Amino acid sequence: MREVVKEENPFIPEPMRIVRRYNLIDDVKLFQVRAVDMERALTLRYLPGQFMMISIAGVGEAPFSISSTPSRPGLLEFCIREVGSVTQALFKLKENAQIGIRGPYGNGFPIEKMVGHDLIIVMGGLGVAPLRSLLYYALDNRNQFGKVYLLYGAKRPAEMLFREEFLALRERDDLECLLTVDQDDTRDWPCHTGLVTSLFQYVKGIDPHKTYAAICGPPVMYKFVIGQFLKFNIPKHQILMNLERRMRCGVGKCGHCVIEYIYTCLDGPVFSYWDVIHMKELI
Amino acid sequence: MRVLKMQKENLMVFLESIRGFGELWGVVDKGNRFVFDKLDDLSDYDFKPRKPMIPPKLFMHPPKFSMFRFNEKGYEAELEEIPNRVIFGVLPCDIHGLLILDRLFGAEPPDPYYMKRREKTIILGLSCVPGDTCLAKATNTHVVEEGFDLFFSDLDDYYLVWVGSSKGDDLVRVQPDLFEEKLEYKDLEKFIEWKKDRDSCYPVDFDFTAMPDIMELSYNSPVWEKIGEKCLACGSCTMVCPTCNCYDVVDRLALGKFEGIRERHWDSCMYKEYSMVAVGHNFREARSQRLKLWYTHKLQGFIGQFGKPSCVGCGRCVETCPVDINVVTVAKALKGEPVEAFWNR
Ligand SMILES: Cc1cc2nc3c(=O)[nH]c(=O)nc-3n(C[C@H](O)[C@H](O)[C@H](O)COP(=O)(O)OP(=O)(O)OC[C@H]3O[C@@H](n4cnc5c(N)ncnc54)[C@H](O)[C@@H]3O)c2cc1C
Ligand code: SF4
Ligand code: SF4
Ligand code: FES
Repeated sequence: MREVVKEENPFIPEPMRIVRRYNLIDDVKLFQVRAVDMERALTLRYLPGQFMMISIAGVGEAPFSISSTPSRPGLLEFCIREVGSVTQALFKLKENAQIGIRGPYGNGFPIEKMVGHDLIIVMGGLGVAPLRSLLYYALDNRNQFGKVYLLYGAKRPAEMLFREEFLALRERDDLECLLTVDQDDTRDWPCHTGLVTSLFQYVKGIDPHKTYAAICGPPVMYKFVIGQFLKFNIPKHQILMNLERRMRCGVGKCGHCVIEYIYTCLDGPVFSYWDVIHMKELI
Repeated sequence: MRVLKMQKENLMVFLESIRGFGELWGVVDKGNRFVFDKLDDLSDYDFKPRKPMIPPKLFMHPPKFSMFRFNEKGYEAELEEIPNRVIFGVLPCDIHGLLILDRLFGAEPPDPYYMKRREKTIILGLSCVPGDTCLAKATNTHVVEEGFDLFFSDLDDYYLVWVGSSKGDDLVRVQPDLFEEKLEYKDLEKFIEWKKDRDSCYPVDFDFTAMPDIMELSYNSPVWEKIGEKCLACGSCTMVCPTCNCYDVVDRLALGKFEGIRERHWDSCMYKEYSMVAVGHNFREARSQRLKLWYTHKLQGFIGQFGKPSCVGCGRCVETCPVDINVVTVAKALKGEPVEAFWNR
């Protein structure tokens, strides 16, 4: 078959291979993938907060946030929950299976503007997927940022994604890693118990105008977390969030992700709270 | 732009002379509706302007087509079999519709499926006589300056022919003697007169300029609930609208082997599944919310960005919606004007 050059058709997925996959929790797996073409694998550029369309030929495609950081090129990581047809098919695939991927798409985090600021990253549930990329980007470029806070809430210890990885991060002294669970049913959870908002009491000594906040989590989380940031006087345009919409193309053609005249796939998925106030239907 | 003159009896000869450029299509009368069809025999064709039920977007953005095939070896785009076509009788509002789709599908990264079809489709525009539902004057889409290869203005005795592209120029050069190069002052006078007459015939007049602000203020208007209760979520309005482009994608596997196609087909934001995301969360559960999205997109978003609505005033939604939900009744209701419509009874 004729090899189609990607540039001429943005809808043709690139062949990639699953290098490794493992369970994070019951219904969420981490997939490490690499472009079959080694040169492409090493030169693929993206920003934290961008997403890619993963294709299983014969089943379909769906958007997934990139969970790895561009500061560690070669492998792409996706943290995926099994919910429907594409994700079920993906969960059946083993190491070395070939899948199709196109992208990266979306605006990603405005890294250039965020440099030089303190960072407060707040995530809940699967909200880890895009924010883990931002977190490791900041840690890999540690001297470009001020204080870095990570606030992560899960329902129970067993539902915390990357639990061991994050528990280990608490050892670092250049990062304030605050983890919480709503309920500790194990009785030996070493960190905080309570809602993610209850972690804000430990965020101290930040200069609100020199701070960027990033949030991603279940819809109910946004309102309360944004309320906390506003209490801190962090400017609205420095409160950033990843939003989810149904997407079919990722490149501004299919119309599915439209909110008023904003295309979530092009102008998002990262929006500021200021955008949200403008666009009534963003959250 | 270059303007030529053509005697009426020459039109058929001209269309016959350019068959080598591609399949000739035009709008034909199928009894209860007008549709695009191939014009294989021109001898009975009357060359009158007609508004087809489905706009010409169907040539560049077909209701259903295969984007690529796949098998174990990989993917292969399906762009080879697109035919060259010449479409006669495309009306001004529909050319504006194509210009809006050009902007969308042409934006980075360009959609190769639309672009290739657009490139392979020659547009021969034709001036129109406004029907009962046309609002093209209100949307300022009753005249066109671009988006076509040739445009025929029917001045009763003869046509004035605008040459809109180099391909249009090629068409003229096939048999240049069918056209008159020299226009006289009285021809232009006749055109201006014709235009004045025609412009006075538009039955629907409505001022859209304030719509973005009205939409902004109408977010919680009871009108949305009211039309939401009556909307059947049938999607007809989106199928007939020349600027609606939404699509869905499905994979189809051949039975028994790993081989198939990824297909694109028209979708409608009026369907319930449209905004559904994982775990069944739907951002627009209520019909009223989906209608609001449509009207915001048509009347607010685009005006805000490009200074004009993305409604090109063709009136199709006015004719098509079984319960009278359309740009005119909705815009009027939001403005607080009295509205005679099924949904308002
Ligand atoms: C920018 C972005 C980033 C994302 N990042 C991630 C990520 O990092 N990790 C992750 O796991 N997910 C992510 N998602 C979500 C993911 O894309 C969706 O979960 C996607 O739908 C999964 O595809 P699927 O084919 O498995 O599910 P689908 O088969 O599409 O079904 C998903 C769910 O939607 C419902 N549904 C879908 N269609 C219909 C219908 N027609 N009628 C009724 N119900 C329906 C089903 O009930 C099902 O539970 C992201 C989404 C976006 C927009
Ligand atoms: S909104 Fe109605 S009148 Fe306007 S372009 Fe679409 S179908 Fe035509
Ligand atoms: S507005 Fe009218 S045409 Fe459109 S989906 Fe509702 S009932 Fe159907
Ligand atoms: S996902 Fe298709 S337009 Fe955004």
